[in-house]
Amino acid sequence: MERKAFMIDTSRCIACRGCQVACKQWNKLSAESAVNSGSYENPPQLTSHLYNKIEFVETDENGEFKWLFLNKRCLHCSEAGCMKVCPSVGALYRTHDGLVGFNKEKCIGCNYCVNGCPFDIPRYDAQNKISKCHGCFDRVENGLQPACVKACPTGTLMFGDRNELITKAKGTGKEIYGETALNGLGVMYLLDNKPQDYNLAVNPTIPTSIFLWKDVIKPLGILGFWGSVGVAMLHYVTVGPKQLEEDVEEKGGNHE
Amino acid sequence: MTNHWIDIRNADVILIMGSNAAENHPISFKYVLEAQEKGAKLLSVDPRFTRTSSKADLYAPLRSGTDIAFLGGMINYIIENNLYHSEYMQLHTNATFLINPDFKMPGELDGLFSGYDADKRKYDKSTWSFQRDANGIPLTDQSMQDPNCVLQLLKKHFSRYSVEVVSDITGTPQEKLTEVYKIYGSTGVAGRAATIMYAMGWTQHTVGTQNIRTMAIIQLLLGNIGIAGGGVNALRGESNVQGSTDHCLLFHILPGYLPTPKADWDSLAKYIEKSTPKTTDPDSANWWSNRSKYITSLLRAHFDTALTAEDDFGYSLLPKLDTGQNASWLMLFDRMIKGDIKGFFAWGQNPACSGSNANKVRKALTQLDWMVTVNLFDNETASFWKGPDMNPAEIDTEVFFLPVAASFEKEGSITNSGRWAQWRYQAVAPLGNSRHDSVVMNELYYRVAQLYKSEGGAFPEAITKLSWNYGFKGIDGKIDHIDIHAVAKEINGYFLEDKEIKGKLYKKGELVPSFAFLQDDGSTSSGNWLYCNSYNENGNMMARRSQKDPTGVGLYPEWSWCWPVNRRILYNRASVDANGVPWNKERPVIWWAGGSWKGDVPDGGWKPLSQAGTKKSFIMLPDGVAAIFSAGMNEGPFPEHYEPLECPIEKNPMSGTKNNPIIKLFFTDGGLEVDAFYSYDQRYPYVATTYRVTEHWQTGVMTRNTPWLLEMQPSMFVELSPELAKDKGITNGDMCVVSSGRGKVEAVAIVTKRFRPFKVQGTIIHQVGLPWCYGWTTPNVGDSANLLTPTIGDGNTMIPETKAFQVNIEKRG
Repeated sequence: MERKAFMIDTSRCIACRGCQVACKQWNKLSAESAVNSGSYENPPQLTSHLYNKIEFVETDENGEFKWLFLNKRCLHCSEAGCMKVCPSVGALYRTHDGLVGFNKEKCIGCNYCVNGCPFDIPRYDAQNKISKCHGCFDRVENGLQPACVKACPTGTLMFGDRNELITKAKGTGKEIYGETALNGLGVMYLLDNKPQDYNLAVNPTIPTSIFLWKDVIKPLGILGFWGSVGVAMLHYVTVGPKQLEEDVEEKGGNHE
Repeated sequence: MTNHWIDIRNADVILIMGSNAAENHPISFKYVLEAQEKGAKLLSVDPRFTRTSSKADLYAPLRSGTDIAFLGGMINYIIENNLYHSEYMQLHTNATFLINPDFKMPGELDGLFSGYDADKRKYDKSTWSFQRDANGIPLTDQSMQDPNCVLQLLKKHFSRYSVEVVSDITGTPQEKLTEVYKIYGSTGVAGRAATIMYAMGWTQHTVGTQNIRTMAIIQLLLGNIGIAGGGVNALRGESNVQGSTDHCLLFHILPGYLPTPKADWDSLAKYIEKSTPKTTDPDSANWWSNRSKYITSLLRAHFDTALTAEDDFGYSLLPKLDTGQNASWLMLFDRMIKGDIKGFFAWGQNPACSGSNANKVRKALTQLDWMVTVNLFDNETASFWKGPDMNPAEIDTEVFFLPVAASFEKEGSITNSGRWAQWRYQAVAPLGNSRHDSVVMNELYYRVAQLYKSEGGAFPEAITKLSWNYGFKGIDGKIDHIDIHAVAKEINGYFLEDKEIKGKLYKKGELVPSFAFLQDDGSTSSGNWLYCNSYNENGNMMARRSQKDPTGVGLYPEWSWCWPVNRRILYNRASVDANGVPWNKERPVIWWAGGSWKGDVPDGGWKPLSQAGTKKSFIMLPDGVAAIFSAGMNEGPFPEHYEPLECPIEKNPMSGTKNNPIIKLFFTDGGLEVDAFYSYDQRYPYVATTYRVTEHWQTGVMTRNTPWLLEMQPSMFVELSPELAKDKGITNGDMCVVSSGRGKVEAVAIVTKRFRPFKVQGTIIHQVGLPWCYGWTTPNVGDSANLLTPTIGDGNTMIPETKAFQVNIEKRG
């Protein structure tokens, strides 16, 4: 099957955040208590209950003020650092359509994917399981658009055959962010401004240590890892559970 | 809207001013962006850089309450640079009409027009008149050069609004003004269109109606009325505001914009005589001359059809306004707080948060004997008696709460801003004990009628003689199930007897095909003549869903139904020249071909204006042309800049008349303290305005109860510039107290460059803005910005001035 992808045209985004709500509705994600801390951008970060969000960025260059909006979410990389680093087979996986799905039941809560992601996307829920945008693979595999795309009133969010999206985007003459990075992102942007203005890496890369992990240590160490899991279980049985709230707070919780 | 939502895509220039469409009408941006993709320019004029501004090709700031100065400058620019569409103006407007030589303007009378009576705060309009010949036909100068013609007077009046003067009032940089004027003025040629999208940012001012008049004048100068991509487009704030207005939500109108009877119009004949506009011009259609048919058909729908012509068809049963009575929103609560009103239905509304000067509203509710609130959720009105600063022990108001269904839980029509009446179906059953509004109304009607029958009382016939034929009546006379289709059919209207019209016989009980068939002899009924044609013998027109677009300009004539008679663009006979040829051949709305009109339903089917026996193009006005000069306004036939009641400067830079001279002042000698205002007062030095946010709807009763939405905008905030924040020692995220002469609210500071200080009259003026979607019944969200807004209304409509007032802001101690 042809690889599917998102194309996000920021020039069309009015930050209505219908995408945020539609995602929560489809994925049955509850609201979190939020506090306005001086911004429209609530919640301020992606969380285990917020798979996509609009970032509001104010720029002022040479007297030209702009208010930029970026739909932030998992970019469904072709060369996905999270998948490379994940020690639990099937916890993170490639869907038929080329997206990066996850299976909470197989997630062991190691948090390695957080370090493997160049975009700071994966979050962990209260059960210490991976949470992030999965491209509504359950909808897509049934011939529907992802919930966020369906809800978008202005056509900012587009979803479909990756090559077709690229061809169409090239017709507009706009530069595509993510066409080739990491062997091609599954979420590409047409940006109004420079990537840096949106806090996007100009050349996103997976940390080199990840390659070392993936290609050298992981094959050798996987046995050792399960060994340490065994030790941890023994520790659990004898001492009790480790308190993980602090870690959850830092990676996925609401800073407020 | 004169046009409709989809039509926005036909514009070459879009001005969004007095509204924030991206945030409050997000779906409209589908069409705005479509227009931009085809090369249209989007202009955003707003005190604050908004999500709308973020998409604009040009953003220009202005101080709240100075729109007439801004737009007056545009009129001046258009005339000075000869950008206007002469042929259009000659054919379709009163620009050529000659004015009474005794008429004087604000340039001569220090901000006033001739005829002002300072004691009565009212104008004698006798000099605001046209010169007419012996037959009453206005005298004109087709060259529009006569110094007394409308165009020359307009030019003279607005010559005072130079870019320098305007900038000094509005605080808009001069180059931004010129840029906006130039781009907008570029549409004064055949083949180009500009549209205006406005909302409460224009209406909710003491000069609200004149704000819109100013824009209407610009659109007429540029030939932008009646064409695709043009018009004057009010973006309605609720999905069915248009429908509720059409069906007489307001005190001064009956359904279909028929005037409410006055107490001294004591018979139907007198009503018709007093309220029917007259003309002696044989070329004017003067459509309102059909008034008698519409009011008679309305009475036939309202009341028992056993009533006859001798009974005036029940005219005496209609409620009447006392002479000079104004029963608008502000007056309602003013009388309530004075104890003049015993009972109150708050149906689908939350005045304790939505009403200007909400503290006054909340106090007024304490004076009631009883109140019925009909809503989806508890709200600040329903629970006012246990709200902040209230002592339940001292409040005697008996409060009833009736839970009703949400729109998704009931079938019926809604009419959107573009005047499309669209039929909707029930998606889910109402939750719990909540009922359809019609069920509640049916119960009320039945029980009140029964009480009148059993106990008698004053004037029972107004209720007992109502027709109420909305379903099968049981043996007790009660309808168990309201058939909403029966309501829709009554609104359309029936033939009440066999009637032959133009050689065709219509049988008793048939639905009337359209309002041209309505009669004043009692043989037809229509609950709203404007909706006659919406539900006829061909079925429910509002339920149509065809996506055919024969003209290619997006009229979609068989999608739902549009008033009047499915005309998608109002005043469309102004979209063509005297020969019926469209000004814009690429985007034609109507055109004359082979002896008939093609395209949209024409605004009157008469021949093109160059042919004999036709009627002029603006059929609703007695003179048959659009009014650049209008004596219908209370404060002048041309708009003039006046400062908001509360403003940051000592004097009106334009004249010695500071405020709109005819507004009703509530706080005068002996006035209530709660209505106090503070203009150019050091205690309240900053301009403030209020607004909505995308994430919440109106006072937030529905959205605050939707956790996903509350999460995104969790609590009350105030937006201010970094400069003001620095002055006041406020940093982003600080909790602040914003206060006015009427109240105070706590709000989180959003310090942002989206607000800039204004330079006005050589001084720096700061402005802040707050949303009004919060209320104390939702924990930890704060309260409504309307606790700050004043008790003052527009000079014509009395809509409150919530968009420009004065506040102070301090960091909370």
